Amino acid sequence: MRHLLSTAELTRDEALTILDTAEDMADVSDREVKKLPTLRGRTVVNLFFEDSTRTRISFEVAAKRLSADVINFSAKGSSVSKGESLKDTAQTLQAMGADGVVIRHGASGAPHTLAHAGWIDAGVVNAGDGTHEHPTQALLDAFTIRRRLHGAASRGRDLDGVAVTIVGDILHSRVARSNIWLLTLLGARVRLVAPATLLPVGIAGWPVETGYDLDAAVDAGPEVLMMLRVQGERMGDAFFPGEREYAREWGLHPERLARLPATTMVMHPGPMNRGLEISAAAADSPASTVLDQVANGVSVRMAVLYHLLAGDSRGSALRGEEEP
Amino acid sequence: MNVLIQGATLPDGRRADLAIADGVFVEPAELGAPERTVDAAGLIALPGLVDLHTHLREPGFEQSETVLTGTRAAASGGYTAVFAMANTDPVQDTAGVVEQVQALGERAGYATVRPIGAVTVGLRGERLAEIGAMAASRARVRVFSDDGMCVHDPLLMRRALEYVKSFGGVVAQHAQDPRLTAGAQMNEGELSARLGLAGWPAVAEESIIARDVLLAEHVGARLHVCHVSTAGAVEVIRWAKARGIAVTAEATPHHLLLTEHEAEGYDPRYKVNPPLRAAEDVEALRAGLADGTIDIVATDHAPHPAEAKECAWPEAANGMVGLESALSVVQAAMVETGLLDWADVARVMSRTPARIGGLRGYGEAFAIGAPAHLALADPAARTTFSPASLHGRSGNSPYLGRELPGRVVHVFHGGVPTVADGELRPAPGDRESSEGAA
Repeated sequence: MRHLLSTAELTRDEALTILDTAEDMADVSDREVKKLPTLRGRTVVNLFFEDSTRTRISFEVAAKRLSADVINFSAKGSSVSKGESLKDTAQTLQAMGADGVVIRHGASGAPHTLAHAGWIDAGVVNAGDGTHEHPTQALLDAFTIRRRLHGAASRGRDLDGVAVTIVGDILHSRVARSNIWLLTLLGARVRLVAPATLLPVGIAGWPVETGYDLDAAVDAGPEVLMMLRVQGERMGDAFFPGEREYAREWGLHPERLARLPATTMVMHPGPMNRGLEISAAAADSPASTVLDQVANGVSVRMAVLYHLLAGDSRGSALRGEEEP
Repeated sequence: MNVLIQGATLPDGRRADLAIADGVFVEPAELGAPERTVDAAGLIALPGLVDLHTHLREPGFEQSETVLTGTRAAASGGYTAVFAMANTDPVQDTAGVVEQVQALGERAGYATVRPIGAVTVGLRGERLAEIGAMAASRARVRVFSDDGMCVHDPLLMRRALEYVKSFGGVVAQHAQDPRLTAGAQMNEGELSARLGLAGWPAVAEESIIARDVLLAEHVGARLHVCHVSTAGAVEVIRWAKARGIAVTAEATPHHLLLTEHEAEGYDPRYKVNPPLRAAEDVEALRAGLADGTIDIVATDHAPHPAEAKECAWPEAANGMVGLESALSVVQAAMVETGLLDWADVARVMSRTPARIGGLRGYGEAFAIGAPAHLALADPAARTTFSPASLHGRSGNSPYLGRELPGRVVHVFHGGVPTVADGELRPAPGDRESSEGAA
């Protein structure tokens, strides 16, 4: 794997390999010394054109646990805000010898352009691009689902037959896109529930079911209910009339939570709008995986950086331990 | 200069000699001793091509193109006349600016330049530009367009359609509902959903065309529709023509050849307005051009500097250069598919665009006494399109690296050779040219 730009580009074997490696990485995170020398001497640049403290810190922790040198390059207050182009920034990073670039960009396809325009040699990880994809989020979601279902016996398992319902702003969600491709690749049955305004035109051919009725989706008792964040600006664009109506029709309010089977896990990529797409009761319930997702994000990103940057991606993630 | 062109294949398939003296076609028998003889065996003789939709970018955007460099590109593609769109800076919305563009074209000499006037002041869609003044100016403007922007206010569009009737003008509409395309990046459908690029729905084009043909019918005016790109738009125009509405329409070469799938690599060279559409739309456009629903091919030649395309797709400018490649693309999309013959090509790329634009001298190909505007092309050639194939100032061609059929070998503009043996020849007014010998 040279870059990670989209989950649509992954094979089933690649996806399972990353998830299994992430299990190894999670073991490392449980130790007293949470560090591997695997990427010692390698430089990872976190190139964030959009603010995202959570994702950036997660990648930073992941790279540091692999002993990489980490440079945080945020667009605000840098040359980028003075009009420097993606090309110039990329060439600057190339000149500095970056081995891996983790990019968050507001423009869909920017990581693809960075990886393929011939500006840099570094491996590129898409940390969220516009309304396109956020592949490490989907990987950590799949990892979280698998761990909840199979615990210590997760290695090697896929998500065959697992019912996942994704609720909310599918149209603008990079998390939804990455999850649709990855979860269906791993055998899950994915259902999308949203107001019709927030479902993209033209998805009839996608390997998902779609619907508008959250109550019906709740009563179907899925194993996973994934609530997406609602962006405030969508209301101004008339995607739905207002917060109250959204919360009533497509929010996971306490009554809906009560109707869910006890085994259903409630996921949210964060940050949450409590009271809008998810009630406090749901966010704080035992069904919620929100904090697991955050913790697992580090393990999954360690696995991704390892496979992109450690050279021999077929070897053991832990072989660096044997070095002095 | 007296020129004898020997053994050219005319658009109707006949072989004939053509003769040029003092800038006009003459009977070969009456030429006397030619100063230059062109062996046109195997070459198709076409009337000089006419582009109703060119962006020459001057004044204001000379880093992208100038009248001089844009007409070099035109000549190299077989064009002898181009209509220069109004979205310059300052906008071509006054007599002064259109006269300036006209004069720059006359000075350059590679092709006839006919300025298009803006419909509204500054292309802002608020009030009518000085349409009458532009029509009465030395540039004698007959085509008016806010291209790049849609005249979306229905009342303003009605008034524009009516007003240009006074002097036989035509409004060329860029049909794009701005509200339905806010932030739009590519054709809306499964692919835009997958790529996460904001969708540009076909209905945003079709609804404006439907409205405009009804307005044209109501006020008894002529309407021209720029760069038709969807199957639905072809249907609407077919319906309007069947109803007797005075509408003409153009398709670009790129919409006849390329589909939205080019966006999959996020390469901004394929970002264009209107966007590349689905394969069904390409098929419908080809069928529409073949059956006359679409009247002409127009390039929408839209040069941009490198930095406007070396970036992420959503941040890139819309547009592609097209003058140099148009004839080859039409050959690939229409002639080699059997949908058009060369007589049709002469009609859709020369005679009809000249008629729509009110340009004289293109009524009958090679008529004795008519200005000698002529292109000779080798349809058997196949060349890989490269930066060396481009002669304007910008390199944003979607065809770089692609093999295309056909090659423009000789071009005469008013009897003056602008291309000879496939090489651009410096025009009389081109002091900057480093291409070829004088």
